Amino acid sequence: MSQPDLIIHDEKDNVGVVVIETTKKGQDCSAWIMENDKTVKVSSMNEVPLGHKIALQDLKEGDTILKYGHDIGKVVKPIKKGEHVHVHNVKTKKW
Amino acid sequence: MEIPKSFLGYKRENGRAGTRNHVIILPVDDISNACAEAVANNIKGTIALPHSYGRLQFGADLELHFRTMIGTGKNPNVAAVVVIGIEPKWTKRIVDEIAKTGKPVEGFHIERTGDIGTIMKASKKAQEFSQWASEKQREECPLSDLWISVKCGESDTTSGLASNPTVGNLMEKLEPFGVHLCFGETSELTGAEKVCAARGATPEAKEKFMKTWSAYNDFILKEATNDLSESQPTAGNIAGGLTTIEEKAFGNFQKIGNLKFIDVLEPAEEPKKGKGLYFMDTSSAAAECVTLQAAGGFNIHLFPTGQGNIIGNPIEPVVKLTANPLTAKLMKEHVDCDVSKILSREMNLSQAGDELIKTMLRVANGRLTCAEALGHREFVMTKLYRSA
Repeated sequence: MSQPDLIIHDEKDNVGVVVIETTKKGQDCSAWIMENDKTVKVSSMNEVPLGHKIALQDLKEGDTILKYGHDIGKVVKPIKKGEHVHVHNVKTKKW
Repeated sequence: MEIPKSFLGYKRENGRAGTRNHVIILPVDDISNACAEAVANNIKGTIALPHSYGRLQFGADLELHFRTMIGTGKNPNVAAVVVIGIEPKWTKRIVDEIAKTGKPVEGFHIERTGDIGTIMKASKKAQEFSQWASEKQREECPLSDLWISVKCGESDTTSGLASNPTVGNLMEKLEPFGVHLCFGETSELTGAEKVCAARGATPEAKEKFMKTWSAYNDFILKEATNDLSESQPTAGNIAGGLTTIEEKAFGNFQKIGNLKFIDVLEPAEEPKKGKGLYFMDTSSAAAECVTLQAAGGFNIHLFPTGQGNIIGNPIEPVVKLTANPLTAKLMKEHVDCDVSKILSREMNLSQAGDELIKTMLRVANGRLTCAEALGHREFVMTKLYRSA
């Protein structure tokens, strides 16, 4: 049970959360999926700090971000697998 | 871990038990703060609870004011109460309701006497109460005497990953012991409202929740700017990696574990359906929320934080936990329970839940929380609308 770089809540999620102080550009990250205890790999495109999200797949404008297996917002700028996902490319669907 | 069946609390006249033994000086209104603070300054072992409201309020807003004042006085963490207001009528209304618990309570009004005369009379009574309360001893109380409220703050993604689920784990473990539990934060369930409503134990509870949330949402849609002006999520939330209110809401929701709620409470309303989990309609601002939950009768609070909220409450001890390793390191003096090892997988959720139970019971037995040791006494009334 080694320390993961990323944690993913649910198998359906298309983002993972950084749980180390920061990822390095090009770092090959191991991502632990809490729901099924599997581990997947994703390469971090940017330096992403603790608590921030990384895309697990390519996403296009209008796509839905899934976390906890639930809809947490929409993509407003295309996102590549391994890219930092945050307020610059995702927005709420509520307001 | 075998969960202890009891804690050491203060047994009260009405059968409840307190985790604290406060003698409070309660001002009815803003202009009585000076008097209340003077009394608390005169008499050791008492605390004043100054606040900003209580004049010219009306309707539901005034009722909430009374409910908060009365509920604070009735809370089992309070041994005795001195109430001070400008006018006799509202002062007496609060005194009479608190008196129904059987605890010592006395009211004083300032009109026609002035501050100095009132301070003298109220100080004499406060001294009597303080010395009386100081002889109270902690006794063994069943775990079911714990009324546990929860609310998270300065959340980040570590809250949803680990510290909120730790609270959920504690809830799942303690519910069978017959404790009362309460979560709130109507606004911060936005995005997860349907999933939350589905956790109502009865069709009535589900419907009441959706009605409560919709009333809030209608208000937001009427008053808000297009992005809630950096309030949801806050700048602190965003710095911690939270992107949208929906993400924050699903993280927030982890605090109730797999439990169902049996009823929906008005702000500061006391639960009446017995043991189990309740949802209370509250603000998501930390001090407002905890003040309302304490007025509802809850006697110990669990507060998961991500980026490091520092809130405390004058009568309900606030136990803080974090799963953010940077917060645990940089803001150590505010953290009662560090569960950051969940992120490195050196600790699992069940172990973290056990740690939190242990910490909470130490606090219930009398250990000061970080917030208490640091002097945090945020007592913040919720105001529904402008005064008359």
